[in-house]
Amino acid sequence: MNLSLNWLSEFVPGAKEIDAKSYCDRMTDTGSKVEGYDVLANDIENVKVARVTSMTRHENSDHLWVCQCDIGDRTVQIVTGAQNVFEGAIVPACVAPAKLPGGVSIKAGKLRGVESNGMLCSINELGLTEHDMPGANDKGILILGEEFADKVGCDIKDALMLRDTVVEFEITSNRPDCLSVIGLARESAVSFDLPLQLHTPVVKGSGDSVKNYLAVTDEAPDLCFRYTARVVKNVKIAPSPLWLRMRLRAEGVRPINNIVDITNYVMLEYGQPMHAFDYACLDGSEIIVRRAGENELFRSLDDKDHTLDPSMLVIADSKKAVALAGVMGGANSEITESTKTVVFESASFLGSSVRVSAKKLGMRTESSSRFEKGLDPENTLPALERACELVELLEAGEVVDGIIDLYPTKKAAVTLPLDADRINRFIGVDLTKEYMAEILRKLEFKVSDDLSELTPPSFRSDIECIQDVAEEIIRIYGYNRLESTYIGGTMTRGGRTPRQALEAKLAPTMAALGFDEIQTFSFISPKYYEKIRLPEAQRRSVVISNPLGEDTSVMRTTALPSMLEVLARNDNFSNEKARLWELASVYIPHENREELPDEKKLITVGMYDNCSFYTLKGVCEKLFELFGILGVTYTARTDDPSYHPGRCAEAIAPDGTCLGVLGQVHPAVTNNYGFTREVFCAELDLPAMFAHINHTPEYSPLPKFPAITRDFSFVCDDELEVGKIEEVMSRAGGKLVESVRLFDVYRGQQLGEGKKSVSMRVTLRAADRTLTVEEADKASQKILNALNAQLGIGLRG
Amino acid sequence: MRELLEKIRADAKAQLSDNDADIEALRVRYLGKKGELTAVLRGMGKLSAEERPLIGQLANEVRADIEAAIEERRQEMQERLLELKLKKEKIDVTLPAEGELGHIHPLTMTQRELEDIFIGLGFSIVEGPEVELDYYNFQALNIPENHPARDTQDTFYITDNILLRSQTSPVQVRTMEKQKPPIRIISPGRVYRSDAVDATHSPLFHQLEGLVVDKGISMGDLKGVLELFAKQTFGEETRIRFRPHHFPFTEPSAEVDVSCFACGGKGCRICKGEGWIEILGAGMVHPNVLRNCGIDPDVYSGFAFGFGIERIAMLKYHIDDMRLLYENDTRFLGEF
Repeated sequence: MNLSLNWLSEFVPGAKEIDAKSYCDRMTDTGSKVEGYDVLANDIENVKVARVTSMTRHENSDHLWVCQCDIGDRTVQIVTGAQNVFEGAIVPACVAPAKLPGGVSIKAGKLRGVESNGMLCSINELGLTEHDMPGANDKGILILGEEFADKVGCDIKDALMLRDTVVEFEITSNRPDCLSVIGLARESAVSFDLPLQLHTPVVKGSGDSVKNYLAVTDEAPDLCFRYTARVVKNVKIAPSPLWLRMRLRAEGVRPINNIVDITNYVMLEYGQPMHAFDYACLDGSEIIVRRAGENELFRSLDDKDHTLDPSMLVIADSKKAVALAGVMGGANSEITESTKTVVFESASFLGSSVRVSAKKLGMRTESSSRFEKGLDPENTLPALERACELVELLEAGEVVDGIIDLYPTKKAAVTLPLDADRINRFIGVDLTKEYMAEILRKLEFKVSDDLSELTPPSFRSDIECIQDVAEEIIRIYGYNRLESTYIGGTMTRGGRTPRQALEAKLAPTMAALGFDEIQTFSFISPKYYEKIRLPEAQRRSVVISNPLGEDTSVMRTTALPSMLEVLARNDNFSNEKARLWELASVYIPHENREELPDEKKLITVGMYDNCSFYTLKGVCEKLFELFGILGVTYTARTDDPSYHPGRCAEAIAPDGTCLGVLGQVHPAVTNNYGFTREVFCAELDLPAMFAHINHTPEYSPLPKFPAITRDFSFVCDDELEVGKIEEVMSRAGGKLVESVRLFDVYRGQQLGEGKKSVSMRVTLRAADRTLTVEEADKASQKILNALNAQLGIGLRG
Repeated sequence: MRELLEKIRADAKAQLSDNDADIEALRVRYLGKKGELTAVLRGMGKLSAEERPLIGQLANEVRADIEAAIEERRQEMQERLLELKLKKEKIDVTLPAEGELGHIHPLTMTQRELEDIFIGLGFSIVEGPEVELDYYNFQALNIPENHPARDTQDTFYITDNILLRSQTSPVQVRTMEKQKPPIRIISPGRVYRSDAVDATHSPLFHQLEGLVVDKGISMGDLKGVLELFAKQTFGEETRIRFRPHHFPFTEPSAEVDVSCFACGGKGCRICKGEGWIEILGAGMVHPNVLRNCGIDPDVYSGFAFGFGIERIAMLKYHIDDMRLLYENDTRFLGEF
């Protein structure tokens, strides 16, 4: 909402004395947030109203004129190239040195040898348009007409009423009353403790009776609370006077003609959208407020066609809809140059209904955005009267006597107790009841004589409870006068849950392991599933019905594509090495679309350059250890289409649950991301990890007796997994086996194709005695026997 | 014989070389079983009883002397060898180190710091679903269907009733439904709004909201908590300013500014000359919201506040483009 301070001063004369900056600061402090202000015509300097007293041809040019211009106290010579200037014309003249909008400065000089002490101006050069100055055009100099005869010598900013300061407010949705000059005048008066001088419109009338013209029926009183209308006859459509045009211009509204300008002027002043119909277009001389028919067709003022439905409210005559209530008028009843009789409508509609109609039809208008916030039915009549008063003032037509006013149910006013103690406790202040009452009365609340009860004014439908009243008091008293206190009451323990604490350890641990943490969007393109070759069956996702674009249209069920995107981006940036991880949420859709998905967090790890599967496995093992998950085993996984079939594993908890997948990303997948190098990724399931924590730190005594170690070297098939050998050895050695550890794998020509040599060290120990060599030999033999029996391998010869 | 011994002493010492083998040969030659000194000692039987102990003593002295000289020379050689070895082992200490520390994402760092501030004030951390019911995101928060306030948060919808939460406030509602006051929680997490990506907007960002509900909670308490938060986050000198505002779920509501930590309030580039930086929204929990969660607003009161973690992180680390946070360029991440 823009507010002209000139306009404001009409209602709050004292506002003139306040400088713009202080005005804005205080208004913000009391709840009408100022976004900024603009001093209009600030960039125009030394432009005067001048009369061209004589014109002669330029001696060196066939199109230039040398004008002698009377600027009141003297005459200046100005050379112009315009051809519409004539002797005796009243024009705006820059008197050098002068300034014009757009940083133009005009200096005295010579034009083809003839002295010119300024410039005659067009509307464009003054920053005006044809709408602001009807009849003028940009092809020539602005000719001001004889009504400016007594203004010769005046500053153009005064003559054209260009001086104003416009303050831009951000009005919150609960205060539609402040989307008006009067509403902001009210707030200004209270904020600065200045008198508010409101005006009651007076309409003289011209006899006749509205009943001779119009009958109105409200068939939908649930959507239309009040409908008021008056008729104006013998309308003379013409431009509005300068003062009115300049008011509209300051507010950023384009002047059109007197009738349309009046509806806009009243909307800005009262905050009440109005509509004007051409009476001649109303069939049956009646207006019916009704719900639209199913598939009823309607062409709006802007010549767009709409198909309506019964949830929408229309203003109709006996045959057709002539307006979409509160949104826009119809093309079929628009005010034109030839309009003779006008019906002014000022009504109150249900906000949510206007909002739904406007939204469904994609036509948010100045009018609908006001109505949807809920307007005061009490304001309709004053606004209507003001419009008619302006008609008479502008001599735009004759107002027919009589008012149509359908107001079936007046909304009951809310009465609230003025509980000063509770308000003081709630806010943390100590104000007297009298002080509270004073503020409320200034805000036009009714406060009972004994100060026990209050009633908000009709335009404050946002006041519903004592908390609302508290806010009114405290915003005028000053939010910033509140003393800071510290929460009393019951102590609370606070802190992180054990899981949250563990989760919080991830970032520092991963950092210590050399990994940078990333954060990626939770929504992805469905095409990303293709890129990682995710099986069709696993692609079902939570789909956003109104996404910004395809790239962000589904909630991811895997965080692998996000990780690969980031890795590829870093590769593109020529970042040599990447060690990345993310704590990433994924969203697994429920079978029923109306149920919320299962949201879970994954740890994704991704890396390239100077790393291998075992680097990645090391990271996973450390994370399992951090969490206290013991006994994780790794099983080769050959069928995950995102991973290299020979370099991928599942991490398996002792109970068989899969805790995650890790491996080299399939070359076909890395290729999809434009990689030419090996990339390794892991995806670990955080909830599964939480569920498998099976170790809490506890002391167990260190061994008291020495261990015996035995080394074994075997030759076996390359295909045989060391993990399998380890498992057989551990089991066969029984209780005495403390550890089985690989210390060498060797492949070489002398072993033969497809063979490898594996060397393992077994540590044997008894907790209660020193092992004898015999015992160790016996255990070793058992191990060898088992290897031979179960895997068919023996000691290397 | 005395002369012979002295000669052996002098010869042996003179012949000490720097070669390990030579030294050993020298030792054998003079001190060995068949060595010269041993030979001399064998001839001692011929000496008189008076002379014998004297010569014996001298012979022992000579032996000890030679042994000491040999030992000393060996020691010297070892030291010289070690010196030589160490010299060879010299490395270039300016070569790069192995292994690197990784980096915590600036958003995580900021979130942890903020969490820790409120944990210190007795707050718990509560999380909730990001794909949320309209009821929790809007209706329970006093924003019925077709309320104009819905416009200020352009929301992504899944179905008519399911959406991507546009704020973390649904977590507050879920908490109040389950837990009786006193409640003192923060809810950090991802939220979604239909804003195109640019330097200051992102369709996904992080919020941290706080909620306190108990008997006798006042707006002064809200101001006190926010003042503590501001000072801990932006420095001891920081002041806060409340501006009246409207949120459907709080009454009274405020937008809260902090004094510019860069210029102290004088006005600079960071605060766009204002001296203040808008940082969060806050207010006293609306009685309708309490009632919707089964808490009696005539008995309990509370306050709530919320801010964007990105905004705080960007201010704290002078990040001028929000896109950097989600681009994850390791050069950027490495700066934290």
